[in-house]
Amino acid sequence: MAAKSSDDYAWSHKHLLGLADLDAADIRFLLTTARGFGEVSTRSVKKVPALRGKVVANLFFEPSTRTRSSFHLAAGRLSADVLDFSGSSSSTTKGESLSDTVRNIEAMGVDVMVVRHNQSGAAALVADSVDCSVLNAGDGQHEHPTQGLLDAYTIAQRTGRDGFDFTGLTVAIVGDIAHSRVARSNIHGLTKLGAKVILIGPPTLLPATFKAAGCEIYHTLDEVLPRLDVINMLRVQFERLTSQAFPSVREYSALYGLTTERMKKMKKNVVVMHPGPINRGLEIESAVADGPNSAILQQVTNGLAVRMACMFLVQGAQHTEN
Amino acid sequence: MNVLADETKLAAMVNDLAAEVKQDLFPDGPWAIVGIRSRGDVLAKRLADKLKPDHAGSVDITLYRDDLSEIGPQPVVRTTEIDFPVDGTNILLVDDVLMTGRSVRAAIQSLIDFGRPRCIKLLVLCDRGGRELPVQPDYVALVLDEADQQQVEVRLQPTDPEDCIVIFPDTAKSTSKE
Repeated sequence: MAAKSSDDYAWSHKHLLGLADLDAADIRFLLTTARGFGEVSTRSVKKVPALRGKVVANLFFEPSTRTRSSFHLAAGRLSADVLDFSGSSSSTTKGESLSDTVRNIEAMGVDVMVVRHNQSGAAALVADSVDCSVLNAGDGQHEHPTQGLLDAYTIAQRTGRDGFDFTGLTVAIVGDIAHSRVARSNIHGLTKLGAKVILIGPPTLLPATFKAAGCEIYHTLDEVLPRLDVINMLRVQFERLTSQAFPSVREYSALYGLTTERMKKMKKNVVVMHPGPINRGLEIESAVADGPNSAILQQVTNGLAVRMACMFLVQGAQHTEN
Repeated sequence: MNVLADETKLAAMVNDLAAEVKQDLFPDGPWAIVGIRSRGDVLAKRLADKLKPDHAGSVDITLYRDDLSEIGPQPVVRTTEIDFPVDGTNILLVDDVLMTGRSVRAAIQSLIDFGRPRCIKLLVLCDRGGRELPVQPDYVALVLDEADQQQVEVRLQPTDPEDCIVIFPDTAKSTSKE
């Protein structure tokens, strides 16, 4: 018999392409499920048989270490077999289209595809091309849903919000919002859970259109610092910055870097987050990144539980959509 | 719906079970009471309060079920709490209703993933028959006739609003938790 709280709810998503597609109940169910998986990673035998006999294909058409390792370990802890596939060493360099590539891989018998691609919408294209479940591990500037989920999970853990209700929390996202899929997933996830989201960055990297998402927008960091419960520092993504939109590194660091001085202006127990990899001394000072307020490594740990939950749920979804 | 045991009778059953377990308390090594979520753990807690084992814990068997692909929507995954060394420990596994034996199989596998228990014994409140695996309880309070094919439900506070064991003569639904 199911618990009372879950009587009316059933997870119905075959794919996880973005947090824009989920409602608050979906997000809360997923994060609650992740809590059940967190404990598996603390055992001496870090394995449960939930996905035994299933195959998870890790399709990374863009470089990644942490997300890829996290998905790989998460699949392993569920006893799935993992196929690792990287774009640079594959037939995509021989001119094969993305949908052909994924159809071929699916033909080998794959149950879940994890897709990372530098083009926005790539995960949705893959989902349209195959019958198996698709998890978006970051597509261009669109979304990085598992990062948004693990950030929410970490915030709940740090602030004691066991029911994943973020009403009354103020969360700042600082940096290159325009190019950031992490920011988009965070905005969708956090606002749905009830948090107030403040975006901060240079005007060139933070278009006013984000106001439509219900966020406050600031171009200076200092004035909002005392209000914040959580501050999420985005990485300066040099690989995406080809224009003159970005000020000089020194200017950016002076205006938007999280320093010990700025920490003094914030609440004592403010939670400092960063999706990694960090540019020490640029967007965040070493003393802050390694300090007591930092949840950066906790985010990485939680990433595993959240990704295990995502794989577990999408592959077992009652396919009412699509 | 017939009430097989009300709150008083259920409390007496738990007392009898506790007394029975106490008679042959594990003589060697530490021992633990482990309940299977989400009723067995409540029962385990009550027994632990009476018997004061060296350790107490609970297992969620969702991830060990052999029917995940058949049971419809993904069930809620709860946390497993085994924060003691399982190696060399005598374990009394506790569940509310025993039917097919599949939950017990899953719980045993889960426990063995934590280490090598010295032994595992099984206690259930109600055995309703219908076994699909060779599993037998060591301690049982209430045995029902399998031929009746009723649906049995154990209700325990605080998971449920009341303490009782009820039986549904209607066989149409076979959704009983095992």
